[in-house]
Amino acid sequence: MSVLVYTENWDGKFKKFSFELVSYATGVAKMLNTVVTAVSIGKVDESELSKLGNYGATKIISINNEQLAVFDSQSYTSVIAEISVIENASVIIISNNNTGKAIAPRLSVRLKAGLGSGISRLPLSLEPFTVYKRTYSGNAFAHLVIRSDIKILTLAQNSFELVETPANAIIENLNPSVDGSLLKTVLKDVQKQSGKVLLTDADIVVSGGRGMKSPDNWPPLVELATLLGAATACSRPVSDEGWRPHEEHTGQTGKIIAPNLYIAVGISGATQHLAGISSSKYIVAINSDKDAPIFQAAQYGIVGDAMKVLPKLVEAVKEIRK
Amino acid sequence: MKILVCISNVPDTTTKIKFAEGNNSIDTTGIQWVINPWDELSLTRALELKDDAVNGIKAVTVIHVGTAASEPTIRKALAIGADDAIRVNAVSSDAWFVAYQIAEVAKKEQFDLIICGIESSDFNGSAVGGMISEFLGIPSVSAVSSIKFENGQPVMIREIDGGKEVVTVPAPFVAIVQKGIAKEPRIAAMRGIMIARSKPVKLIEPVAVDPLTQIVELEKPAPRAACKFVDADNPVQLLDLLQNEAKVI
Repeated sequence: MSVLVYTENWDGKFKKFSFELVSYATGVAKMLNTVVTAVSIGKVDESELSKLGNYGATKIISINNEQLAVFDSQSYTSVIAEISVIENASVIIISNNNTGKAIAPRLSVRLKAGLGSGISRLPLSLEPFTVYKRTYSGNAFAHLVIRSDIKILTLAQNSFELVETPANAIIENLNPSVDGSLLKTVLKDVQKQSGKVLLTDADIVVSGGRGMKSPDNWPPLVELATLLGAATACSRPVSDEGWRPHEEHTGQTGKIIAPNLYIAVGISGATQHLAGISSSKYIVAINSDKDAPIFQAAQYGIVGDAMKVLPKLVEAVKEIRK
Repeated sequence: MKILVCISNVPDTTTKIKFAEGNNSIDTTGIQWVINPWDELSLTRALELKDDAVNGIKAVTVIHVGTAASEPTIRKALAIGADDAIRVNAVSSDAWFVAYQIAEVAKKEQFDLIICGIESSDFNGSAVGGMISEFLGIPSVSAVSSIKFENGQPVMIREIDGGKEVVTVPAPFVAIVQKGIAKEPRIAAMRGIMIARSKPVKLIEPVAVDPLTQIVELEKPAPRAACKFVDADNPVQLLDLLQNEAKVI
């Protein structure tokens, strides 16, 4: 028996989320009294792979196969399913990002394994196997029982603390057979975002709403984000108006994020917006309407006009950073 | 070409969720039910594709797994412009069950493109689309924010961490779509509402299959501490709290 964790890489590197996944898998493995095997697909060098061992993986299976250079949900599912059988995995941990969302449900069908997605805590019990899952867009959490022999869990980003558990991990290079007829995805173009903090990875997010009044008013918000090493985000009306790109939209139908600090500027805090940010550890609200619902969700608030408060806040950050 | 759009029936997104007795389901009293927001965008995009005659789309069918209580949501989809609908007459117990039922229908009806929203706003599982594709053994592309056809070939933009990829797969396939796929959901016009009444809704009894998961309890998120207010002229105090109390900057 084992716990299998799929660790995605980005241009050969892991990120904090990868280590959160391994930390979580190690926590589950301890409950089950078993070990963690990590699976990596792509060109990742040994020193990078061995980092997974710092969080408790005892075995790291590395697959570097040119046929898998383009992400294809069907062929990735086949490879992970094959390894899960070899490793006799009883629980499979995958990220709840777009890659994980593409693989996990397919794997669920392939292995007849129940899926619990958007998990943020260790299982609540083993008999029956019960996990804690976000539902109703954050307005409720479910205790979900998974009844199949194999369980697949997708972990929400920034929801599980890193736990260092140094293990002497062995790295195994594997070259499983890839059924060429399954490789259906053809990549025609890639557009990478460069030099910006990714919204889903960011520890701090500065977000603007309709209270910003005009797209021309964004420079002080961006400056604040830059000073804090934060990502920028926005509310739905702002992206719908085309003031900001839709990738920045946080909320129920946009991105669901869980940073340590979310600074909402000129955002009233509609239910749909809160659905995307309610897992933030701290929320700061700056809004001219003292009755805005955002203050119900926030721990710290400033009642005031965003255009007047932002420049002062920028100056204050510059002052403390001196 | 035929398109199948999968729709889920969910509480209106502004609903204050209350639990029913037993705390394992929601109290449905007074809830307004709507088409899941991502599915509404899927349907809108499917209709836009059909509107362009070059694409050669003969029909847009919607499918829903649910009881008769979902009929108004299905009629709304027809009023928006779907040509016909299929309802699998069963309680949608979990993603596995729902995907199994839809796949069974799709095996018989031969759709070229199946569109699913990336998640439902009630269960937030992000599961049904991927599961359908695996039950059918066909390609799936996830997190799709744009889809069009070029010379009969589907061209999609999928969102990845830190960027976008333009990809294509051969039909039949499942597109699992997210925000951006259509600008705004199409709204039913009065004429659409009238016509919808006479559009066919095919009723199908479910295939016997056991769900793999079950919600045994629901709980509310932990309440947050009351907001501490800082004077608008004194942002330094806010930074002090963030540095020394919250320890987040």
